[in-house]
Amino acid sequence: MNYFQLFQVPAQFDLDLTELGTRYLELQRNFHPDNFAAASERDRLLAVQQAANINDAYHSLKQPLLRAEHLLALRGVKISHEQRSFTDTAFLMQQMELRELLADILHSTDPYALIDEAEQQIQQQKKLLLKQLASALDANQPEQDLLAADIIRKLKFFFKLQHELELIEQQLQD
Amino acid sequence: MAYSEKVIDHYENPRNVGAFAKDDPTVATGMVGAPACGDVMKLQIKVNEQGIIEDAKFKTYGCGSAIASSSLVTEWVKGKSLDEAAQIKNTDIAQELALPPVKIHCSILAEDAIKAAIADYKTRHGS
Repeated sequence: MNYFQLFQVPAQFDLDLTELGTRYLELQRNFHPDNFAAASERDRLLAVQQAANINDAYHSLKQPLLRAEHLLALRGVKISHEQRSFTDTAFLMQQMELRELLADILHSTDPYALIDEAEQQIQQQKKLLLKQLASALDANQPEQDLLAADIIRKLKFFFKLQHELELIEQQLQD
Repeated sequence: MAYSEKVIDHYENPRNVGAFAKDDPTVATGMVGAPACGDVMKLQIKVNEQGIIEDAKFKTYGCGSAIASSSLVTEWVKGKSLDEAAQIKNTDIAQELALPPVKIHCSILAEDAIKAAIADYKTRHGS
């Protein structure tokens, strides 16, 4: 299913999230079960199914990584369930160093300074990769799509780091 | 999800955690990662003149199954030749640790890590 078509928004990475939210509410209203109270059994079931599609689509379109994955899947590049290992050594070394930095936080005499440092690095890299992702997807060419897939893989590592960092901050506060 | 006893054992007492000196010419490194869960695995081997893996070390940031898989592989490769070590299959790792289907990718990661380390050694030594 093409989520962009369902929401009648352009099939591109850069989306107006306010417009997306408005469209979501409209669609939800149109397919609300109350509107189908007097409809046939078949139409009622279709409306329930469509409401579920709308929820799935909104969930995917509002998150940059899921939106990018969906856009690539529509172009024939499917990466959402892949089990292939990622082997960019330089990138993974950097991930290892960031993980080590995170591991040091709880034993540090000044944990908040380390948190700031990690947060800054993660945000900076994420911003850079999201920018690269946007331009690779905008090109809409097979080679650039493969590059985009690789950028998504890298971003997943950074989203994981971000999550780990949040867990550490919670641990510190407890 | 319940971990098997073997996974818990490797997780609580990981074998061969650490790193060798980077500039040691007999050392080779394999780095792999799994984007879906953000796991990062580093596996190093120390190879003697006869081409036998004398020692191995690992460092893994990931779930218990990923740590156990890499810990097990460092035990298995010691004393093996590079070609023998390259024969290790993820299915053997998964079976030994009784990994559930959703954790099979952790054993794939460990297989890819030892393969990457062997490839790194061969690149460095031009064979």
